[in-house]
This record gives sequence, C-alpha cells and structure tokens, in this order.
Amino acid sequence: MSIMQTLVQTAARFKPDADPDPLIASKKYVGRALDRVDGRLKVTGGARFTAEYAPDDMVYAAPVFSTIAKGKVRRLDTAAAESSPGVIAVITPKNMPRLVTPSLTDFAKLDKIAASNLPVLQDDSVHWNGQVIAVVIAETHEQAQEAAARVRADYDADEGMVSFERNKDKAIMPKDVLGEPPEIKIGDAEKNLKSAPVQVDATYRSPYYNHSAIEPHATIAYWEGDDRLYVFDSTQWVEGYRNSLAHVFALNRENIRVMAPFVGGGFGGKAGFWWNTILCAAAAKMVGRPVKLALSREGVFRIVGGRTVAEQRVALGATREGKLTALIHTGLTVTPDHARYAEQCTFPTRHLYATEALHVAQYVVNLDMVANTWMRAPGESIGTFAVESALDELAVELRMDPIELRRKVEPARDPTKDTEFSSRNLIEAYERGAAEFNWSSRNLQPRSRRDGAWLVGHGVATAYYPALRFPGGARVRLEADGTAIVQAAANEMGMGVATGQLQHAADRLGLPLHCVEFDYGDSHLPTSPMAGGSCQTLSILAATRATVEKLHRELLKLEQKDSASPLKGAKYEDLVARDNGLFLASEPSRGVSYVEILRKAGKPYLEVEGVSSAPMEMMKYSMASYGAQFCEVRVNETTGEVRVARWLGSFDCGTVLNPKTAMSQLRGGIVMGIGMALTEEMLVDGRSGRIMNRSLAGYHVPVNLDVPRIDVLFNDIPDPQTALGAHGIGEIGITGVAAAIANAVYNATGKRVRDLPITLDKLL
Amino acid sequence: MRNFAYAKASNSTEAIRLLGHSGAAKFLGGGTNLVDLMRENIEQPESLVDITSLLREIQENADGGVTIGAAARNSAVAAHRTIRERFPVLSQAILFGGSGQVRNMATIGGNLMQRTRCDYFYDAASRCNKRTPGAGCDAIDGFNRMHAILGWSPDCIATHPSDMCVALAALDASVEVEGRDGKRSIRFTEFHRLPGNTPHVETDLRPGELITSVTIPKLDAARRSVYRKVRDRSSYAFALVSVAAVLEVENGVVKTARLALGGVAHKPWRAGPAEEALQGSPANEASFGRAADTALAGAKGFAHNEFKIELAKRLIASTLADLARKDGAR
Repeated sequence: MSIMQTLVQTAARFKPDADPDPLIASKKYVGRALDRVDGRLKVTGGARFTAEYAPDDMVYAAPVFSTIAKGKVRRLDTAAAESSPGVIAVITPKNMPRLVTPSLTDFAKLDKIAASNLPVLQDDSVHWNGQVIAVVIAETHEQAQEAAARVRADYDADEGMVSFERNKDKAIMPKDVLGEPPEIKIGDAEKNLKSAPVQVDATYRSPYYNHSAIEPHATIAYWEGDDRLYVFDSTQWVEGYRNSLAHVFALNRENIRVMAPFVGGGFGGKAGFWWNTILCAAAAKMVGRPVKLALSREGVFRIVGGRTVAEQRVALGATREGKLTALIHTGLTVTPDHARYAEQCTFPTRHLYATEALHVAQYVVNLDMVANTWMRAPGESIGTFAVESALDELAVELRMDPIELRRKVEPARDPTKDTEFSSRNLIEAYERGAAEFNWSSRNLQPRSRRDGAWLVGHGVATAYYPALRFPGGARVRLEADGTAIVQAAANEMGMGVATGQLQHAADRLGLPLHCVEFDYGDSHLPTSPMAGGSCQTLSILAATRATVEKLHRELLKLEQKDSASPLKGAKYEDLVARDNGLFLASEPSRGVSYVEILRKAGKPYLEVEGVSSAPMEMMKYSMASYGAQFCEVRVNETTGEVRVARWLGSFDCGTVLNPKTAMSQLRGGIVMGIGMALTEEMLVDGRSGRIMNRSLAGYHVPVNLDVPRIDVLFNDIPDPQTALGAHGIGEIGITGVAAAIANAVYNATGKRVRDLPITLDKLL
Repeated sequence: MRNFAYAKASNSTEAIRLLGHSGAAKFLGGGTNLVDLMRENIEQPESLVDITSLLREIQENADGGVTIGAAARNSAVAAHRTIRERFPVLSQAILFGGSGQVRNMATIGGNLMQRTRCDYFYDAASRCNKRTPGAGCDAIDGFNRMHAILGWSPDCIATHPSDMCVALAALDASVEVEGRDGKRSIRFTEFHRLPGNTPHVETDLRPGELITSVTIPKLDAARRSVYRKVRDRSSYAFALVSVAAVLEVENGVVKTARLALGGVAHKPWRAGPAEEALQGSPANEASFGRAADTALAGAKGFAHNEFKIELAKRLIASTLADLARKDGAR
C-alpha cells in the first residue's frame, strides 16, 4: 500500500459520520414492489437491443478464429473469401488500421477497462485458441459468415501452456488482487491448525465457467469524418467503453458516443473491453459505412473470457466449542500474462469470521488462454463454495448445527480490516431463514431420509458480497410544469435500474412517480460507474441524492428572492421535499410548489449537475451484504442425479428499493449458482487450449426443471452509511449457493463432493 | 453456412428425382440437426430437397402394429393415442428428446438420420474420422464423457444421440425406404451401423434412398414398457445412458423382455443377450442384475465415461424392477 493510500485510510477512519439518510424514514415509492417501467416494452418486443439497430447502409462483420493456442499465422489465404459473394473487405493484420494497444483495467483508477493488453489484430501472433485472426465484411450477415468460413490459415505453432493441471507448479503470487494485498497473515495459522483439537483441511475445485448471457455480445459502429465515432454496444459500462475506445483510436473522449439503452444480461462478461467492439469500430473506419458485429454464441466463448478454473485450500482449526483458532484459505486461479485480473476467491474469508489466526493467500498461473474476467460475484462465488463447505465439514466434525457454528464465529469487528461493520445482521438473516425454512426439522443424520428412490438432504451456507460505491454524477432538470428528468450514463442489463432509480428520484424530489423520467444508457450523460461489483445502484443513488440537494438549494435561493415566500428565512436543513414542492419540516402547512418557484423566478426550467463524494465510508467501515442460503436436495440413489427441491435465501442487504425487482435479481443469482453447482462447466481441452462445448447445447445452464420454487426474505435493515440505507444486490444471490448444495448433498448421501460441478458420476 | 439451393418435393418419386445423383444434395426434414450442421459448416450441401410434405400419417395396421410416415412430426407421434396405449416406451422416448419447439419441427425420418453430438465432430479445428476419414480421432484422448462404452472402434467412439431410436430398436421396428431401384425394408437394429473403420458411414441407406416410413409390429407386451433417461440436467440434454424396456411377467417368470440402451454406442444398442438371459427367469432382482451384467459385458470406457458402465447396469436393473412391480400390480 502506498503512503498516500495509508494516509487517506487513516483520515477516513476519523472522519465523522454523516447522519443516516432522512429519506429512509419518509420514503413513499421506495420499498414498493412496483412493476418494471420497461417491462411492457420488453415482453412485447418493443425494447430495442444493440443488434436490432439498423443504420442506413449498414454492413456486417464476421470474425475468423484461430485454431491454435500459441504461435504465428504463417500464411493467411483470403482469396476465396474475398471473391465470395457480397464481400467488401477482409481485414487482416496487413490492412488493419494501426491502433494503440488497449490498457488493462486499473483497479485504482477504473477508467480504461480492457481485459487483455494484447495488440488487436496488429501482427501475426496468436495468443489463445480462438483469437481473432481476420474479419470479413460483407453486405449481409450470411455472406460475411460464408466468406469467413472460406479463410484458410496455416500456422507455425508453438507448444502453448494450456493445461491448468500441468502448469500449476508455475504459479506465482500476483502483485495485488483487485488493489488488495494478495496475502494476509494474522498470527501463525499453520501452527494453530496443527495444535487444534478439531481440524478440517480440504481442497475445493471449480471449473471454468462462461457467463452465457441471453444476448450475445453485439456492436454497431459508425464514423462521422475521421474523428467522430458512434457505437451501439451491449456493454455494461458505456463510459468505460467510451474511454477505452478513445485510447485505442487516439480520439478525444467527447468525440465518441457509446449507447446501450438495453443490454440482455452481462454478469461481468460485458464489462471488460473485448476485441469485438474494437474490431467493429476499426471495420467501420476501414469501409466507411456502419458495421454490425454480432458475435455468435461460439464467438462469445472464443473471444470473451469467463470465470477461471480454481483450486482452493481451506483449513480450519477449532476448539470443541466451535471457536476458530486457525483459518487458512489459499487460492490458485488462472490469469494469462496479457491480463491482470486475479479472481479474489479469498475475499469472503477476509471479512466473514472471527479467528485467532488467519492466513489467506492467492496465486495465479499464466496460461495461453483468452483473458479471464469477472463473472457474477467474482471471487465470492467460488470463494464461498470453498470456505462455506469447509465450515460445514467443521460443523459435522463438531456435531454442531451449522447455524450454531456461524454464531460461534460471528466477529465483533472486521477480522482483517479491523474496522466496525456499518451494518451486519447475518445471524438475524440465519434465524429468520431457519424459521421460514423449518430448518429444525431437517435431516440430522446423513443418508437417513428417503423419498422413494431419492435421498433427501438439507444444507445451508453464508452468502456474502461487499457493498461498493463509486463516485458518480447525475443531472436533474426540473421543468416549469413540475416534472423532472434525472440523467446518468448508467447501464441497464435487466436488473431494473430505471425502476429503482425512478422510485428513489420521485421520493427524493417529493414528486409523483409519473412526473419523473430517468434517462440512461448513453456515455454523453453524466458519469456513472460500471454495472458491476453490485455498485451501480448505490452509486447512482448517492449521485442523485447529491444532485437533488444541489437543486433544492438553488430553488431555495430563487424562492427567497420573494419577500412574501412561505419559506422566507428558511435554511436548506429546515426543508423537506414532498407534494410537488418544498415544505418546512417543522410547519407542514408552510411550503411552495416547484411550479410556483419556477414561475415566480420566470424560469422555463432549472437544471443542475452534481457529483457524489469519494466513498470514504468504505474505508472507515467494513461494508457488505450478507445472507443465508437454505436448500433441500434430492439425490437419486440409483443414478446419482441431484435435484434441488426447495430454496430459501434470507438476505441482509440494506433497504430494499423494490422487492419485486430485488427478488428477481436474487433468484437469478441463485439460479446461476445452481448451474455453477450442478451443471455448468466450460471444457477446455488440455492439449489444444480449445473450448470444446462452445454452445448452450453443450454448456449446460440450468433449465426450468432444474430450478425449484425460490423464496426470498429480506432483513430490510437500512445501512446508516448509505443513501437510502441501500446496498447493491446483483451478485450476492449466487454466493453461498454451491456450498449450500454441496452441504445438502453431503447431508443426503454422506458423501462430500469438493469438486464442481456435482455431476451424478461423483455420487454413484 | 454455405449458400444452397432449395426445392420442395410433393411425393417420394419427385423427392428421389430432385435429390439427383451427385451426392451434393440432401433431404430436409425438420432441419433441427441438418441446419445446425450447415451453420457449423460440417454439412455443406449444394441443395436441399424439402420432404416435409411427404407421408406423415400414423396408420394402425391390421396386425395391431403401426406405420408412421417419415414426415410425421415427433410431437404428433408422441401424442398419438395408439402409440401412447400400445407403445408407451416410444411416446416417452420422444418426449425425453429435445424441447417442445424441437419436437414440433423434427420428423421421424430426420430423427433416424441425426448425427452424433461429439464436440470434436462439431469442431472443424479438431481431428475427426467421421468428418474427414483417416484424419484421426481427438475424442479418444479428449473429453469423452458423452461417448461410447460399447461397440466403439479405435477410429470412433461417438454415440448416436437419438432417444426415439432407442425405443424403436427395442420394439423391433423396420425402416421402409425407397430408391431409384425400388422399395425395401431394413430391420431397425440393422439400420444404424457400428463405426468400425468407416465411421463416416452411419446407416445402411444406399445413395439416393429415401426413408418413407417406420413400421412397428404388434407387440402386446409393449403396453407395459418404459423409457428412462439419465442426463446432466433435467431436460434438454443428451443421454448419458438411457434404457428402453418392455417386460411381461407371468406367474413370477419373465415371459417377454425387450431391452435397448441409448448414449452408450454408435447406434441404438439392442441388448439381445440380456433379453435371452431374462426370458424364462424369475422376475426378481437377481435376474435383473444378471441381465444388466450381460448387457454390459465387454463394455469399456474412457477417461471421462467409465462411470457409464455402472450407471447403465443400475439403470437397467432398476428399470426392470419398476416394470415388474408395475406388472405385478395389474
């Protein structure tokens, strides 16, 4: 850590807290299960996604993927492709525009966000199996596809490093893990482990995963002259893409506009800046026409990274009473040399449990692979699989209810940050969940409950994800008719961003919902962070709060020019916004409407832009969402098939903006966790580095029949350190799911599976 | 996908004529597999002859069997009352395959002609003897979870993906075909081939021949029949192992047994020796276990599919036991 960082953190620690957001007490729309504002558009096909835009004169691009992992393209035969019907150009390193090499994501700055820093089609080198080696541009999509299949490549192949198993011994400790130290030691955990009366020491494995968003990555790009670029892209960060494009094409940022009004799921796969967007913009520049590059499902598997394979060790030393004396969690994952991201699998262990001694450490191995990237609850998803499985193993050793064990290890302060928690009610989530799930009637002895051919078991695990906020901006425009528009660059991937933000803005402004609009999905709008790390909702709430405060202060100033104003002499702190205007908190009858203020001031509208503060609260406190995942599984004794029969997630994630969209988010996370636990696995051939199951026929996401009814509970306890007391909830749903299932499978069968996915052969 | 020509035939004679001699044309049924393969450039026909308006009736024969037109949609066959009553194993097998949308498009003839879903067959960058005879096989030392444990050869360990065909194999069906040289009938169990050293030759069809219908002979015992499929998710996945079974028990003794396996071989695997072992044996767990062992005799797995041997044995034994219980209850 730099001296500067240390100074800032120390200063943050002594910074006085702001009062909890007063709107927590007076919210009207916030907390209501409103329908999505864009729901009707989506179910009627009216919502337009990236690939559905059709600028005049548009042409189509189709990439050609390498079939080796490492080496050089010796000869690229494009003659047949070039003479194929409708072909306009075949882009190869020979004629590709010279571009600046993309910059890797810098977690301290979070500004440019490429997942890989390889030059994009600038030379003949191949760095992973599936890398783009040429792009065909044609008049129609079909013609481009047909011609792309006619491109022939000869290679000088090197022996690449593609097998995780065979290269594990070459692992190194990365410089940092998302800006945090890769290793933390408190006390001597190994020594404590050896002397502990009860010990668990196990290795947990998880495979490569792919996001498999319903909308494959798509881009449409066109240029105006040499220096103005317009891009529609299925990105989860319009602004990060704008900045990265400006860097790669050496343009001013304001000359680029990236638009993404609707995105069909991202889960982290659309946050890194991948080659498809760059290639599309370069192709549009070359042919001087709008170009669409819509990746096929195979294309997504080939050139967009997924979640790394992982091998984690968790060792626990405990007293007979269930106090931890040692907690060791080490993780080994893949980060190619051309990438930077080390998946933070040890992060949950850094903040979850009280222990006398702790050791967490992460290692990465370089492979010749497509860059790995964030995938829903990166780190915490696979990390909780390991640590929550191990805790369950400890509970078994101790003959203790696993929930009772969580009570024994509940910390008073954050174990590694040594700060207070801003709001932590994990045990309450467990208790509410246990009551609702009827945990006390669970199967106590492994392999002792049957229903016909099916063994029945129950499992539980902790869910955890940090509550992150980034500074951001917003613009609020109040019209003379008393309506308002709130604007932020923002990204809507289906979570219900617009709905939640509208509920907040209406309450913050004291306006009816129908009088407020929310504009988003455009890099020309005020700055927003990426829709990632569950940070967007909280960040925009804070930005809107700051901006509305600015608006109210300006309105008060205008109003006080009127000597007869009911707000004469009032200070901002005396006001509340309600009933379409500003009123004195102490004298509810005294106030004035927005319409009236603007009328008297002779203004057709008032527009202000504001920004939220630096997130000092994240340094002062340990801030996170928590949860308890409960499930019942059935395992067929004859075939080993596992079916999840019942699910309850009980969450402690601050104020819930909209229970309907929130439950959908959490259920979606749980469904994705079921896939992670039982069915999903990206097959990377250890000889060639080639992804073999690159379609949704072979890469098995759960089908409806794999998913039971999922109940969701909320503590709904506001976090005093956040706007509205809210947290982001995009990721926490998936955390703890795989462990809860593995724990339930153990309970059903007496067999501990530490190797995901839990396929039936592991239970035969 | 390569560009291609398209023509629609109104009868079998026209279909055979339109197909021509060049070998560059293919018949198109529902297209649920062929069009996928064309998109992947695995199949690159110059022209397609659409045969979906050919015979699609499901006809009850005088002997109590049925004849199903090759263009009948899978959904229609699965839902047909006679099929459900007399051959429930067939209806169930169809419903275990694909999805509702796929079954609404897919045809009976097309189902017989579908090709393996081996990842290495689908990937043009991999070696595959089926795609390029003599190229080699990358599946043998690669990911072979889905692959064969019976009847494979060093040249190919792919499996036939169909569920429906497993039931048809158990039911002693026959495939009626028509070519320029006339009509003939092929026993279902001989229609699909084992890979040997010519894995690219998958069926007994001769060039230019068209499947016109599938006939299932009368089999009263088949009223008590069942299809069980084990796969990696609850729906929309190919079988790791599946079993089509018919069992008739009289006075505690097996009178009739039919058994076929899916997901284990290059063709729907009729377990004849196991049926013989069952015939006349007491309908009990010991007999069913012996039948399972017999069916899997000679099975050999690879790095990722060894478990299929045990899984298949268990599935056979439990399926027969279930059928026996069902029978006893009647």
